[in-house]
Amino acid sequence: MAHTLAEKILLNHTDADDLAPGDIISVRCDLVLANDVSGPVAFNAMERMAADRVFDPDKVVMVADHFMPAKDIRSAELQKRLREWSLEQGVHFFDQGRGGIEHAVLIEEGFVVPGMVIPGGDSHTCTYGAVGAFGTGLGSTDIAGCLALGEFWQSVPGTILVELTGSRRRCVGGKDVILAVLAEIGVDGGNDAVLEFVGPGAATLTMDDRRAVSNMAVETGAETGLFPADEVTEAYLEGRTEMPWNKEQSDPDAEFTKRLQIDLDALGPLVARPPSPGDVAAVTEVTGRKVDQVYVGNCANGTITDLRQVAEVLGGRKVHRGTRAIIVPSSQQVYRQAMEEGLLEIFAAAGAVVSTPTCGACFGGHMGILAPGETAVATTNRNFVGRMGSDRARVYLANAWVAAAAAVTGEIVDPLELLEEGAR
Amino acid sequence: MIIKGRAVIIPDANVNTDVLYPGPYLNIDDPEQMKLYLFEGLDPSLRDRLGGRTVLVVGHNFGGGSSREHVPLAMKAWGIGAVIGRSFARIFYRNCINLGLPAIACTEAVDAAAHDSKIRIVAEEGKVEVDGSSFPTSPLPPFVIKMIQGGGLVEYVRRRLEEESEK
Repeated sequence: MAHTLAEKILLNHTDADDLAPGDIISVRCDLVLANDVSGPVAFNAMERMAADRVFDPDKVVMVADHFMPAKDIRSAELQKRLREWSLEQGVHFFDQGRGGIEHAVLIEEGFVVPGMVIPGGDSHTCTYGAVGAFGTGLGSTDIAGCLALGEFWQSVPGTILVELTGSRRRCVGGKDVILAVLAEIGVDGGNDAVLEFVGPGAATLTMDDRRAVSNMAVETGAETGLFPADEVTEAYLEGRTEMPWNKEQSDPDAEFTKRLQIDLDALGPLVARPPSPGDVAAVTEVTGRKVDQVYVGNCANGTITDLRQVAEVLGGRKVHRGTRAIIVPSSQQVYRQAMEEGLLEIFAAAGAVVSTPTCGACFGGHMGILAPGETAVATTNRNFVGRMGSDRARVYLANAWVAAAAAVTGEIVDPLELLEEGAR
Repeated sequence: MIIKGRAVIIPDANVNTDVLYPGPYLNIDDPEQMKLYLFEGLDPSLRDRLGGRTVLVVGHNFGGGSSREHVPLAMKAWGIGAVIGRSFARIFYRNCINLGLPAIACTEAVDAAAHDSKIRIVAEEGKVEVDGSSFPTSPLPPFVIKMIQGGGLVEYVRRRLEEESEK
């Protein structure tokens, strides 16, 4: 029987002889992830399960990232518990100053290879689809079950095939690709499905662009967003891991629940207007909106690629007097690379602040909360009411060029125009 | 399994877990404390309708976004017995089932319900009653019924571990 890539991965991780969308199966985990928010709630559930030990300490990673560095006593207590639990269980643990944002850390540190199944106590675990792995977000009780048994129940999803043609234009990145998908299928179009990205356009996307795409698969309701492994994957994994993996892909005659086509040649910079990632518009439709704060960071778009894009815009320019800019490298690796490349100097000289890697203000935790009436442009993945602070603040989601251009001009502008103006 | 309760209505489509339980309160890991912030970003006055036996009646694609289990944990802490909706986002749905909180899709029942309507659910039969009128829905998959009746994933895993240690 013909199968999609997602079905093949799941079939390799279950005792079932065959499977089809809608089947409920038990799936074995290759890696289990949690953080300072989902971890402690999972540990509570594990205690009620009377589960003393994790199924395999080498297949468990804990990352302190959400309220890190601790913003108050309660978050300090959660991190203390995460630290002590990790030490006691002997699992991989990335503490403050050692890792960064979980999904950046796991990919950059070589924990993820194509074909793996990775449940994580964070909805953006779907980011691992960029590397061809079935990464999927689960709640804390689910994670407790994974930690105890090394497996979870799963309803087999259908697959929505997204064919990318053409090649990326200037000032267009992975963020715009996934926003284009959201414009097509909305915030519920991916329910009961995974997204799979194929075609000549997919081959032109770097790993950092793919991470931005896969990261927001969950914003459509999808369980993960897969890029079948190819030369880009191979080059990225070279020197990062010694785990074996294969270039698996969907069978040509596999059944897809839906097919979409996105022509990168025709794609310009997009934004998602508040308060929904699904309210997508061309940046040119919203130019002139005054911007109080720009936030570049999070598990989608705090990569070295994003930071280079910001530096391209901020270099030789200043952050607008009426605007604040916060730049959050997504990992210690990215932070140090940005330092080596001189990017941090460019940011500081422009009047932006650079923070330690953290989930920070992306989820309204700390380090850059918005006041009532304020508007932000953020490279993050959610712009719901109250997401970054006040329920009367507004957040536009965009790529790093758009964010940086807004920092310079104090309003939403087409970054290409700003860069071309500078070149004149 | 029969669940009864007073309806509390959240009619909007695409209500996400951020508004149901905002990020700043994620530094809490005790459901009794989580209770205080349920619906905080949506309409805190909805909490005045909770207490006693209630059933939440919600719109399309309810519970999208973050995987935070704080939402169904806080619901359970308030004594909410079930969630009836037009449809659910996946992680929220899973979290409910794992916690033994039935989440049932039934558009007709949602149409018929108003605040304080009397709700009665017969989960095995796939039947939802609103103020005495009965609405059929597709029965929950046997796996899901088993999970809920068994007390959720915690009990399921506890029994599995017990069986394995007896071997």
